[in-house]
Amino acid sequence: MDGQTGKSQRAIISVFGRDRIGIIAWVSGRLQEYSINILDINQTILQGFFTMIMIVDLSPASIEVAELAKVLEQEGQESGLQVNVQHEDIFNFMHRI
Amino acid sequence: MKITLAPQEILQTLDMIRQENLDIRTITLGISLLDCRGDDIATVERKVYDKVTHKAANLVQTGERLAARYGIPIVNKRVSVTPVALIGSGFNRDGMVRLAKALDRAAAAVGVNFLGGFSALVQKGFSRGDEALIEAIPEALAETLYVCSSVNVGSTKAGINMDAVLKMGEAVLESARRTAAQDGLAAAKLVVFCNAPEDNPFMAGAFHGVGEPESVINVGVSGPGVVASVVKENPAADFGELASLIKRMAFKITRVGELIGRAASEELGAPFGIVDLSLAPTPSIGDSVAEILENMGLERCGAHGTTAALALLNDAVKKGGAMASSHVGGLSGAFIPVSEDAGMVKAVEAGALSLSKLEAMTCVCSVGLDMIAIPGDVTAETIAAIIADEAAIGMINKKTTAVRVIPAIGKQAGDRVEFGGLLGGAPVISVNPFAADRFIRRGGRIPAPITSLSN
Repeated sequence: MDGQTGKSQRAIISVFGRDRIGIIAWVSGRLQEYSINILDINQTILQGFFTMIMIVDLSPASIEVAELAKVLEQEGQESGLQVNVQHEDIFNFMHRI
Repeated sequence: MKITLAPQEILQTLDMIRQENLDIRTITLGISLLDCRGDDIATVERKVYDKVTHKAANLVQTGERLAARYGIPIVNKRVSVTPVALIGSGFNRDGMVRLAKALDRAAAAVGVNFLGGFSALVQKGFSRGDEALIEAIPEALAETLYVCSSVNVGSTKAGINMDAVLKMGEAVLESARRTAAQDGLAAAKLVVFCNAPEDNPFMAGAFHGVGEPESVINVGVSGPGVVASVVKENPAADFGELASLIKRMAFKITRVGELIGRAASEELGAPFGIVDLSLAPTPSIGDSVAEILENMGLERCGAHGTTAALALLNDAVKKGGAMASSHVGGLSGAFIPVSEDAGMVKAVEAGALSLSKLEAMTCVCSVGLDMIAIPGDVTAETIAAIIADEAAIGMINKKTTAVRVIPAIGKQAGDRVEFGGLLGGAPVISVNPFAADRFIRRGGRIPAPITSLSN
């Protein structure tokens, strides 16, 4: 981590909510529309509670992190999911030196 | 391409932001107004307005964009300017009020929620501009919404200007009187310093020092809730472990400040000045410095042991934070504003926390007596004596101290005041009823301490 900001185009998408069919399909469908590549997915169900963390690459994308965050957070909220989309640097800065 | 982040790390960051109120408290853009000086007040007003609105045009937008990109709230976007006593030197009191109003219009135009720098540095004496500015403070603060004022009355190098201390006692009281209907709100925008830092991003004391560049980005982080949680989760940790846990959290909190500072600096084209490593509480539940101290094992903040607990906290925050940032500055330490901290308010209501204990606490933490409502029938001399005591603590201990007390006009100890928003509300605290008038009215300067002779 060289401490430079804004160089990477990777973002972390996290989704929390009651488990149901089609959550991953919804997120990945949206990502495909914006030409966003999924690099890694980590998903678990804890007592019926769905938790997913996805690392994506926005460099080929037609949308910025902040804009994607707005779209997914709002759509997620409408279907009872809490979605966060954040540039990876906030995690890198906090956990990596 | 390597994915190096563990899910637990991502979840920890999310918890810090969502559950524990981690946020960036402020991005403050410092702007030099030295090139706005002139002989004609209308010209200076226009230059000041134009410069602030030009330099800070994208500040609020940039803050919002960064908040969305990194998924962390950036609560305040603010501006600090060169001490107005320097810019308006040559104008009288009315000219100074006009400059305050021009700055207020500029702050409104760019959408910041406070603008600091209606300030004077008078630790050793007054220039004509300083005198005019101090005279103008009550009217300027009562008739503007966003302007904040600070006056530095002492320093370790210069001693304490006791004439300024008395003038500021009067200014605090008059500011409160002019805004009595709003519980003395103008006094909440006025802070009296000893050893004021020139790069502080926090209000009401922010100003852009003369040693600073043309413009600069300073960032203040927050995060008492994060520290309160880690202390609560480790009830059996001994003091060494406790300090270590707090240091680790302070490091993480400060890294976020460093990230936002660098990003804001790139986007706004202003150099990145400092991260202020302060633990700044808000009135929200779970965002309290008092709660950290109580989680350490005190029944109530203010109990015997509070000063020791705060000393440990303050030092651990600095040690952890200093490693996380390339440039640390500002006030850097734990803040203990009463009205802005739900735990402090509860401690006062329970009778656990007094003005005397708060004064002791200021010896070991950042800043000083902050956001404390005092009875409205207090005299200017008593306020001045409170300021003198704080300034003495700062002068002798080579640290910043400050006083921001709000005389609650028409109210007594135990009554409540409400300022709303981040400023919160608080019960009125009693002051010592014995007078210090003869001491305060001696005039002159308390000499600088022997420790000032460090060359």
